[in-house]
Amino acid sequence: MNSLILRAATPFIVAVMVLFSVFVLLRGHNEPGGGFIGGLIAVAALSIYGIAFGVETVRRAIVFHPLAIAGAGLLLSTLSGLLSMFFHVPFMSGLWVYPVILGQEVPLSSVMSFDVGVYLVVVGAVTSIALSLEERGEE
Amino acid sequence: MAASSSSIDLSAALVLEPVAALDWLVILPVAWCIGIGAILMMVRHQGRLQPLIAVAALCVLVGLDSALLWHVAGEGPVTMVMGRWLPPFGIAFTVDLTGALFALVAAIVALAGAVAAITDIDASGRRYGFYPCLMLLMAGVSGAFLTGDIFNLYVWFEVLLISSFGLLVLGGERQQIDGAVKYGFLNLVATTLFLIATGYLYGIFGTLNMADIARKAPLLKETAPLVTLTALYLFAFGMKAAAFPVNFWLPASYHTPRIVVSALFAGLLTKVGVYALIRVLILLFPVERLALSPVLSVVAVLTMITGALGALAQSDTRRVLGYLVISGIGAMLAGLAVGGPDAIAGTIFYALHSMLVMTALYLAAGLAARTAGGFSLQTLGGIHHNHVLLSGVSLVLFFAVSGLPPFSGFWPKVILVKAALAGEHWWLAATVLLTGLLTLIVTGRVYLLAYWRPAGNAATDVPVALPATAFMPLLVLTALSIVIGLYPEPLLDLVRGAALTLDAPAAYLDSVFPQGGAP
Repeated sequence: MNSLILRAATPFIVAVMVLFSVFVLLRGHNEPGGGFIGGLIAVAALSIYGIAFGVETVRRAIVFHPLAIAGAGLLLSTLSGLLSMFFHVPFMSGLWVYPVILGQEVPLSSVMSFDVGVYLVVVGAVTSIALSLEERGEE
Repeated sequence: MAASSSSIDLSAALVLEPVAALDWLVILPVAWCIGIGAILMMVRHQGRLQPLIAVAALCVLVGLDSALLWHVAGEGPVTMVMGRWLPPFGIAFTVDLTGALFALVAAIVALAGAVAAITDIDASGRRYGFYPCLMLLMAGVSGAFLTGDIFNLYVWFEVLLISSFGLLVLGGERQQIDGAVKYGFLNLVATTLFLIATGYLYGIFGTLNMADIARKAPLLKETAPLVTLTALYLFAFGMKAAAFPVNFWLPASYHTPRIVVSALFAGLLTKVGVYALIRVLILLFPVERLALSPVLSVVAVLTMITGALGALAQSDTRRVLGYLVISGIGAMLAGLAVGGPDAIAGTIFYALHSMLVMTALYLAAGLAARTAGGFSLQTLGGIHHNHVLLSGVSLVLFFAVSGLPPFSGFWPKVILVKAALAGEHWWLAATVLLTGLLTLIVTGRVYLLAYWRPAGNAATDVPVALPATAFMPLLVLTALSIVIGLYPEPLLDLVRGAALTLDAPAAYLDSVFPQGGAP
């Protein structure tokens, strides 16, 4: 879309939305949010970027093919489930570590890496759909 | 969080004893397929690498499923609950002999398909994701066979349905999109019905765990509308399994995709519907099945007869095979209509045989088309003259699908007819035999026209070399059919054991609820 206002505002909007999507993803463990909804917010950001600057720019910006991102997310989620194998607990059990980083205890878990995987699957799959639809529109 | 520090009694909610390494076999086939599918998605543009990874992964899958079958045959049903939550709250994967047998044969079929696809699916098909879709399809199929939770079964149905859409439109021709729309729409209707029925079921039982439902059903049969519920499931899964009169989606779509895809669909998809019917009708609602037995009998008879007659009326080999798939589904339903361990054993045996043989028949039709240029019975010809081996293999498969000895189709029919006669279902027994005769006429017609008749024009009379990777899966599947036909005892023992576990599910319930406890 050839609008000066949109193109000027887009970088700021997109940056804030992507940040917000990561915030929603991490917030999702105990409060409303999570990988799925966070992923959708990120896709919305990428879509706005695509509307303002064209599909090619988005493809360059995300470096990898959207479906490859989805595949990586799926693999990450599966591996998070399989991690339980080494702790003799059933598939997909939540496993936690509490490393102290800069004097602050940071709880990390396989639940979180699973959710990051979901985030990547949603970002990859829905971006792929959105970009192909937008490409058709440009033709 | 750090729950171990609190004073709550965790043993009421969580699995606390360590999981034995072998029990991981319950979940590994599914996790493996998803993981490999994900990796294949990431290397989507490596056209040469894809088949190598997929074939190797499916070999491992066959190994995993064999080990699982061996484990289950030795130990009885095995359960693993996701995320340590105790059933019925955690999602349980419960594998009994039925599930393990179906999963193993499905893996063999998928491996055959993946090898055959090396030459059948071109570079563009690979770029559009044939192999990732195949692996995710196998994740859905394996998950459906191994899960012990009815809502989870629904989820795996969705997984395999979405992957099958991807496979169906591979190539993107107009005819394929047309077939995919019909297939997709009608399957979505069936899936929605399945979901609605599951909603009712949850409303009635307050649980989705199959073992939990099975032990609660006898207590609720006086007060809850369980026959209606079972009828809803019958309708939904009947549509999936392509039972008459809700089977029109199958002939409308199975001849449109690449032949390998047709072969995989014929081997895997309708059988998942049959498997779900076995689970719901035999394990969950045996009393209600008895009430619905007359309906099932009529559906089975009509499915068998319309399938065979439909096949007789077609002139496209792929459509002939599509109708033969339907006719076979009728025979499996006949076993469900009769009920009892013998008939169920017949149904399971027939389903396993049908998975192997229908896949092989589609692959054979694909090779026949490659040598003689097409699928139309009007133009095909001279295959016996040019390719004696292909002709011989096809003849074996034709006999097997008709149920002639000494091939794999013979034994399930014997069991089914015997069980039907013992249960005084004369019409079912007669129809199974009549369908065998009709199928023989159908396959005889195909053989005479496409194989035996000399080629019509000289151009197609030149032998075309068939690549080994295309021929080998066909040979292996046919060999399996012959081995099962000649030496059926091990498989017979397994399917009898499977049927007994389903008919008297004490072992199945014990595996999910080891402490027993009142429902």
